[in-house]
Amino acid sequence: MSVLVVLVPLALGLGLAGLFAFLWTLKNGQYDDMEGASLRVLSDDDLAESERGPRRD
Amino acid sequence: MSRAAEKQDFSLFAKAAGDGRTTMDFVVEGVRCGGCISRIESALKKQPGIRDARVNFTSRRLTVVWDDRTFDPAAAIRLVEGMGYRTHPFTPRADEREEAAQASFLLRCLAVAGFGAMNIMLLSVSVWSGNVTDITPETRDLFHWLSALIALPVAAYAGQPFFRSAWSVLRVGKVNMDVPISLGIVLALGMSLVETAGSAEHAYFDSAVMLIFFLLCGRYLDHAMRRKTRAVAGNLAAMKAETAHRLSDNGELIEVPAAALMAGDRVLVRAGDRVPADGVVVGGSSRIDESIVTGETTAREIVRNSAVYAGSLNLDGTFTLRVTAAGDNTLLDDIDRLLQKAVGSRSKYVRLADRAAQLYAPVVHATAALTLAGWLLAGASVHAAVLTAICVLIITCPCALALAVPAVQVVTAGKLFRSGIFLNSGDAIERLAEVDTVVFDKTGTLTLPDPQIVNANTIDPALLQQAAALALSSRHPLAAAIARHVATAQPILGAVEEAGKGVRATVDGIELRLGSLAFCGIDDTANPPESAASVIGFRAGDRFAVMLIHQALRPEAHAVVRSLSRLGLQLHVLSGDRAAAVAEVAEGLPFSSWQGGLKPGDKVAFLDRLKSEGRRVLMVGDGINDAPALAAALVSMSPISAAQLSQAQADAVFVGDRLTPVLEALTTSREARRLMTQNLWLAALYNMVAVPIAIAGLVTPLIAALAMSGSSIVVTLNALRLRRPSGRQRADADMPLQPRTSPA
Repeated sequence: MSVLVVLVPLALGLGLAGLFAFLWTLKNGQYDDMEGASLRVLSDDDLAESERGPRRD
Repeated sequence: MSRAAEKQDFSLFAKAAGDGRTTMDFVVEGVRCGGCISRIESALKKQPGIRDARVNFTSRRLTVVWDDRTFDPAAAIRLVEGMGYRTHPFTPRADEREEAAQASFLLRCLAVAGFGAMNIMLLSVSVWSGNVTDITPETRDLFHWLSALIALPVAAYAGQPFFRSAWSVLRVGKVNMDVPISLGIVLALGMSLVETAGSAEHAYFDSAVMLIFFLLCGRYLDHAMRRKTRAVAGNLAAMKAETAHRLSDNGELIEVPAAALMAGDRVLVRAGDRVPADGVVVGGSSRIDESIVTGETTAREIVRNSAVYAGSLNLDGTFTLRVTAAGDNTLLDDIDRLLQKAVGSRSKYVRLADRAAQLYAPVVHATAALTLAGWLLAGASVHAAVLTAICVLIITCPCALALAVPAVQVVTAGKLFRSGIFLNSGDAIERLAEVDTVVFDKTGTLTLPDPQIVNANTIDPALLQQAAALALSSRHPLAAAIARHVATAQPILGAVEEAGKGVRATVDGIELRLGSLAFCGIDDTANPPESAASVIGFRAGDRFAVMLIHQALRPEAHAVVRSLSRLGLQLHVLSGDRAAAVAEVAEGLPFSSWQGGLKPGDKVAFLDRLKSEGRRVLMVGDGINDAPALAAALVSMSPISAAQLSQAQADAVFVGDRLTPVLEALTTSREARRLMTQNLWLAALYNMVAVPIAIAGLVTPLIAALAMSGSSIVVTLNALRLRRPSGRQRADADMPLQPRTSPA
């Protein structure tokens, strides 16, 4: 049963890691425009911009 | 309406972001793919002075950030509109931000509860399997204490939405459905602690946290649904923001947002318009309907120096107003009014569900108490009796019943808003669902509201100029066509509109009349008109002219009429226009009947006849002459281009050039009624089945928690089915507002 000493904290730790990751994405505004995000992934604007060099001052 | 002439005061919408930047939000119509996002954003970002531009695709909004010195929203609007997206300035409501905060709080609670539920389940499953094999009491106690260690803080944090709501009603001596939930959670946790301290075989931490988790799922769905509906309502209100016609010093008419009016401005108010701001009449006379402002239903005569109040409806004359108090009917009020009308008003089903939920809340507690007493009297142990009582408390909670109808209503309103339909009354959905006959007006309803003069070059320009000046006083689409043709016309004060006939005014002793040929005293056999066009006459003293005006059908009018007929609806056309012009439109379409040359009274008489035959009529019309018919029908719809008098009578108003919203309103409301009935049955069935089982003591708290939260989630998900676009509508469900092709 001594394995519990490792496994229980490990399970809790993994759970907590997931929880904090979620809270971070939430705070980061990643759920503000769900539909937009699904479309932006296909846009190659950023690529074209890096090829043209920086445009903004 | 030329946008170039519109001067707008943007200070109302701009926000200083600090650090030398200014931001402003816009609602953008017609964004429907990833390409649109990058086109708009990159075009804006190329502008010097614009720091950033970001489109939010979900809410169809655009945020632009300027340097303070280069703040120029008009240029940005021109740029985006030039690409074919109609753009409107927009201010997010203060409570929209609060709602966003509330939503992310619910998500945080949900995440914490999910974390807790999973980890406690891990421990519980070990205990359950251990109980039937060889777990030692020490290990079991350790697992129970670990569960407690997770469950107590998790419940304290994630249970906040329920505890707060329960406490806020308990404090004022009332009960809502969060009270039994909170009580159930606290009792389950407390009892589990006692059990754990006594090294018992079972603890119920898992049930309590699971209950919180699933209830939060339902709560979040419900909240997100409402938020989405509100956001769409906000966008629509921005598009529909009320405008006023300001007279500039040189007598020109400029269209401005009503919110930008300032004291001292002179404003022209035409027949059928809403008075945009409080003020004093300085020219012209009319009768106005003040029922919205004062509740007085008889019309009041107004002359020079009469005071008028914002919100009153101008019935028949044209007058000029000097504004005394700036309009405070801002966008924000508009949105609230919209939502209140669409979601807030108490429909038949909502009243039913409300009463049931109200009666039910005390019943829940009484049932739980009686169950406890009953089992104790029957000789059960205190432990078993309390456990059963907790199950009853959780399982009887009428969440599903309370959600059944409002959930559907919110989704329906959201779907209608997205199709470009506003509801003026909450029970319009129920009445729309019952309709079996649709009556259309022709001009401005089946046809587009902006027709064109086709014979302008054969008419004396001086006469046309006078006709246009008089036409400015009327809201009739044919009059608007003439007014549009001569852009420099200045309005004639004191013009009087006779509904269904025309407008008249006296200038320099000569009576001017614009309207039907009979109204102008023109012999209509002398000018045999082309059948495709509508005819409008103008007489100034003894000179007269006949103008031919061609109207284009609304796009997709044919398809919509055919679909309506396929739905088994009886269709009619009633028009004040000449029979030949009506025939042109109605021919070849599945209309049961069509009539032309009708006066407003004739239309009402026709509707009354339909009513006496037991038919339930939807009237679709736009003119001032349709207002009585709109009021007489069971339920009515108007296009946004309609006179405000007609809009006030209509139960629903739709935006855009297409006729599709009529079809959409009917199909959506039928679907909504079906879902409401389904939901009420689901909720009732759940209670009928689950409650006796719980009282009999046949369920554990975990099953009770799953069943109860499951029932409310099922009801919410069932309501969300409405959002799924059906068949052909799928392709264009999101774009009822196509940019107009003509730059009119």
